[in-house]
Parts: sequence; C-alpha cells; structure tokens
Amino acid sequence: MSAREEILGWIRSAVAGAPVPEVSREYARTVDHDVVDLFAERVSDYRATVRRLGWDGLALAISEELEAAGVGVLAVPADVPPDWLGVTDAVLRRDVPPLSTMDLDGCGGVLTGCALAIAETGTIVLDSGVAQGKRALTLVPDVHVCVVGADQIVGSVPEAIERLDPARPLTWISGPSATSDIEMDRVEGVHGPRTLTVLVVG
Amino acid sequence: MTGTWIGMPAFPVAARKALADSQLRVNLRNATGTIRARREAVVAEKPDWEALRQAGKEIKDRTIANLDEHLLELERNVAMAGGTVHWARDAAEANRIVIDLTRRAGASEVVKVKSMATQEIELNEALADAGIAAYETDLAELIVQLGHDKPSHILVPAIHRNRAEIREIFAREMPDVPAGLTDSPAELAAAARAHLRRKFLSAKVAVSGANFAVAETGSLVVVESEGNGRMCLTLPEVLISVVGIEKVVPAWQDLEVFLQLLPRSSTGERMNPYTSIWSGVTPGDGPREFHLVLLDNGRTNALADEVGRQALRCIRCSACLNVCPVYERTGGHAYGSVYPGPIGAILTPQLRGAGADPVAASLPFASSLCGACFEACPVLIDIPEALVHLRAEAVDAQRRKGSGKGVGERLAMRAAGWVFSSRRRFEAAQRGAALGGRVLGRRGRIGRLPWPLSKWTDARDAPAPPPESFREWWRRTRGTGE
Ligand code: SF4
Repeated sequence: MSAREEILGWIRSAVAGAPVPEVSREYARTVDHDVVDLFAERVSDYRATVRRLGWDGLALAISEELEAAGVGVLAVPADVPPDWLGVTDAVLRRDVPPLSTMDLDGCGGVLTGCALAIAETGTIVLDSGVAQGKRALTLVPDVHVCVVGADQIVGSVPEAIERLDPARPLTWISGPSATSDIEMDRVEGVHGPRTLTVLVVG
Repeated sequence: MTGTWIGMPAFPVAARKALADSQLRVNLRNATGTIRARREAVVAEKPDWEALRQAGKEIKDRTIANLDEHLLELERNVAMAGGTVHWARDAAEANRIVIDLTRRAGASEVVKVKSMATQEIELNEALADAGIAAYETDLAELIVQLGHDKPSHILVPAIHRNRAEIREIFAREMPDVPAGLTDSPAELAAAARAHLRRKFLSAKVAVSGANFAVAETGSLVVVESEGNGRMCLTLPEVLISVVGIEKVVPAWQDLEVFLQLLPRSSTGERMNPYTSIWSGVTPGDGPREFHLVLLDNGRTNALADEVGRQALRCIRCSACLNVCPVYERTGGHAYGSVYPGPIGAILTPQLRGAGADPVAASLPFASSLCGACFEACPVLIDIPEALVHLRAEAVDAQRRKGSGKGVGERLAMRAAGWVFSSRRRFEAAQRGAALGGRVLGRRGRIGRLPWPLSKWTDARDAPAPPPESFREWWRRTRGTGE
C-alpha cells in the first residue's frame, strides 16, 4: 500500500466518531482607532522610520531617505511610478530584464509600493502586484523604502486576510529584519533589509 | 530512532544534572523572564484574546475530526498551483524523499530554515550520511550547530546560551569571524549575516517546514524574524517543505486567527518581522520547483487517543515552555527530545508510543501540574489533563512490560501514576509532605516528595511552600529571582 493510502487509512480509523465543533468567530474584525495614526505609531515601535506626507512631497522624501541611508544604487520594480523618481539621483536598476540575485546584491536599496498595510500590527504586505516586483527584490538589498497610500491601510489582520489574494506570493513585513535569538530580546538587523523606511502618503 | 537522543538519560537523571548547572539556570531565567513580560504585554492589549483562543482551538479540533479530507484538499490545491505532494509514513521515508529530490536537483548542499519537523526526523544527520551538507540559517540554530550542541527550546534553540557564550562560539568556530567581535547582540547578528550571505545567494535547494498549510488554497505559511526564511523560500531553484499532517487548516480565513495568536504567544510581538505565504510556484518569482512532504511519523498514533490528540492542536509557539517552572529550572536538554517543556512532555511519548523508551515514559512525570502552560496556550491545550492521562498510560505500559524494569521502579511508577492521576491527590501529597516535616532547608522549597513521588521529585527542586498552592506561589514569586 502506498504511504498516502496507509496514512489516510490510519487517520480515518483514528478519528472515526470524533466530534466536529462549530467555529465561533467572536473576535474583533475592526479597530477603533484612526488607522493611519495607529499604523504610523505601530511601525515606529519596530524601530522602522515612518514619515507622513502628501503626494506632492513624495519624490523629495524618497530622495532624502535614500540619501540618508547611503543608497547609491537603487533597485526598482519594472512598473515603478516614474514620478516617485523625479528627485533622487541614485543609479537605477530596473527589474527588466529580470535582475539576478547577484545583481540585487549589488544594489544598496530598493523602492516599492505595497498591496496593503495593517494598522494594528504595523505590517506592510507585498503581493508582487503593482509597483512591488518579485519577492527577491525587497529581500536582498539592505535598505527598503516602501510607499504606503493612506487608503491602503486597513485596521486589523482579519480585514487584511479578507482583501488579500492567496494565489499570489505574499510577504508580510513588520519592521526591519530582527531576531529574538540572543537572550530573547528583539535585535534589529539580520538577513533581510536592516533599514526599513515607510512613507505614508495622502 | 525518531527524535530520541541516543544515550540520553531519562528525565529525572538529566534534570538532576541540569539543576546543578547554575549558568544554564541564570540564562534560562533571564530569557524566559524577558519573553514572559513581552507576551503578557501584547496579549493584554487584545481585548478579544479569549475569543481568538477559542476560535483557534475550534478550528484545530474541527480540522482534526476530518483530517483526511483536508489533507486531500490540500494535496489537490498544491498540485493545481504547480507543486508536488509526497507522503511519508515515518522519518526514514521523509528523509529518503528529501535526499532523492536534492540529488535529482544535482545539489550536494541545502540551506535550511528552522523547522521542528526536520529536527524530529533528524534530517540533517540523514543528509550528512548521504553526503549532503545541511546549513542551518536561523541564528539560534547556527549557534547550536557551530557549538556542536543540541537545541533546548522550540523557538530559540540556543536559549541556554548567553551573549558571552555565543561570542565565544562564533570566535572559535566561524572561519570568517570579524576581528574584535564583541558580545553586543547587534554585532553577533551582523556576524551571522556576513557568514551566511554567500550561502543564501548561491544555494540551489532549500528545505523548510511550515507553520500552516491552507487546504482551501494550497498555501503554505512560514512565520519568521530574521529573513533567513525568506532567503530560503525565495532564492533557491528547488524548495522542499517537510510538514506534519497536523499543520493543515481548512480555510484561508483561518489564518486571520493564527497570525494573531502565534506572534503574540511566541516572540511576544504584535507581528513577527516576516511572514511568507505561497501557493505552488509562481513563474519568474521564487523557486521553479516546490515539493511538499506530508509527514505522519507518529501523529496518527496521537490522533487515535481521544485525550492525547489535543496535543496536535499545537502551533509550536513555545509559550508553555516560557511559563513552566520545571522547564525554567531544568532547561530543554533534560527532556531528551526535540520537543521539550510541557508540550514535549505530552507530544513526545505519543509520537513515539507509550512505553517505547525510558525517556518518553518519564516525560509525562516532568511536571508539577501547576497549570501555567494551559493558561498560556493560545489553542487551549489542557496539558495537565493530557499529562495525567499519559501518566496512567505510561504506568500501564510499564506493567505490561513486566520484568523489563526493576520491580521497585515499576511499583514507583504505578503508585506515582495513581497519585499524579488527580490534581487533588497530587496536592494532598504535596501538603502531606510539608506537614510531615519534609520541607528541606531553604525557605519556600520542597526538596523532595515522599516515596514514591520521590522517584521524580528527587531530581527537581520543587517550589511549593504551604499553605499556598504551587500555582499561587509561582504567581507570586516568578520573575523575582530566588
Ligand atoms: S502547547 Fe500551546 S503553548 Fe505550548 S507550544 Fe503548543 S501552542 Fe504553544
């Protein structure tokens, strides 16, 4: 008998007659706060940089943040909005044709948008959609500047799950790369980007 | 062989040894104290925490009741998304699948993201025997691997090491260690980053576990902090995920519960730094090949036990370890299993079968039944209830074995089984011990319980001053040192 058939058989005889409880979902689906304020506060708790600004100040803010982080070579997704790049003088590496891992390793930073953001947990979620590119793009460079539209921010994790498309590869990012492995306290900066800058716009 | 550390003494012996190691106890007390405070703070800010726990428990119980159907649905959806599903009855079968896939990819090394399932099946050892090098990429796993050590905690396998010891290990074992490395955690993390970077960028094959697998969508979920998980899940050409059959959840919506319960319970954060969710393969983004290995390895044993099966709800958050007074004093190594602490005490004997070996048989006795684990558990596993139940089974198994053990120990186990089988009797025994003048020496501590409980309590240092219950005492004094 195949492993599959045998395991399924063991399961069936083990759970025969097991009760099937209903799932009560009485937990909160929304948050009470202003989601933009809450998001900004929660992101900064992770020792990420957060700035709030209007769309007209975005290109300048991007340029300032890249310069502050010392990014000379910037990776961008193929469909990055051109007006985001109006001020910066970083050398651009566009992901067309696709950048290899080694190409990305030569980039100091990456600039993307996001699919949505979650206020309660200070999380940005990328789904490889508009202005985000493939997953490796936001992983290999050491600085990630992420543009979040105020209207992309939802309050809670349930609201995010409802909106996200499971068929797309998803990356949830809550602050810069960190570890709790040394004496169980959070230390920023391991394998992922060590600097995360979130620009909340609108 | 699965998960048993050969030559590991049974819990009482190992615990006695660990209790004598004061550095270990200081490290553990500091680390678990930190994490307890963080967990309590982020749980307290969720007014709907109890509703989340209830939902988490119900989702898992509902899944388990129809586990076969959910696994078949998962298999269908992973295949539809371009992945391949393999089934493994036991450790040997799972290891063989991973070895074959790695060879087929033409690779002689793999990068690994921390996974309890692959530790349980001792995949690294099996790979090494097959001439394949496995590189652990999680910081704590790296510390364990470089220190030629064993993991002692589910979440932070090197929790028994403090920063000075970690610096020592890095300075001694890392060929590319930065000159003048200090014990600042930021510098230690940076050293690990530099050490593993080339490996990530050039790896062909990665091996992971998964925290959840969603049947409805064929999605796998890996929750992590450092970005080593993302590196392994994204950069190599071939990804192999070894996942216990109990990790499946039926619906996409179920993630909204577990992605709240897990980070708050494990690292005490509102959200962990990185969560990756993927379904099969995506052209131009991530691995070209994805393999899911569904692992039984004793899980269907546990499933057949009406009381014990609740252990399969476990989401491996490690909260029960961090609040456990026995774990805090003995550390994880004393449990002689990849699953230490309260959850290990009920999971290990079930995965291996009651009475399979002396370590497994002694584990259900590695608890004072104080109930702190149950209170902390995000999926409401009644660990004390399961312990009492498994104690009775261990005693039965012992009895069936007859001459397999010394008569004295056999009787002790049986009597202990009777006393431990009810919380009331256990508390009465504790009280009796105190009233009988057996409180030894130091203030507020019982050195031993009367025979036959002394078989186990001899090895531990049970804090239980009357007239408070053990539970009350622990509440009042924990975190304040001794
Ligand atoms: S038993 Fe509960 S508290 Fe312990 S690791 Fe599992 S889920 Fe967490």
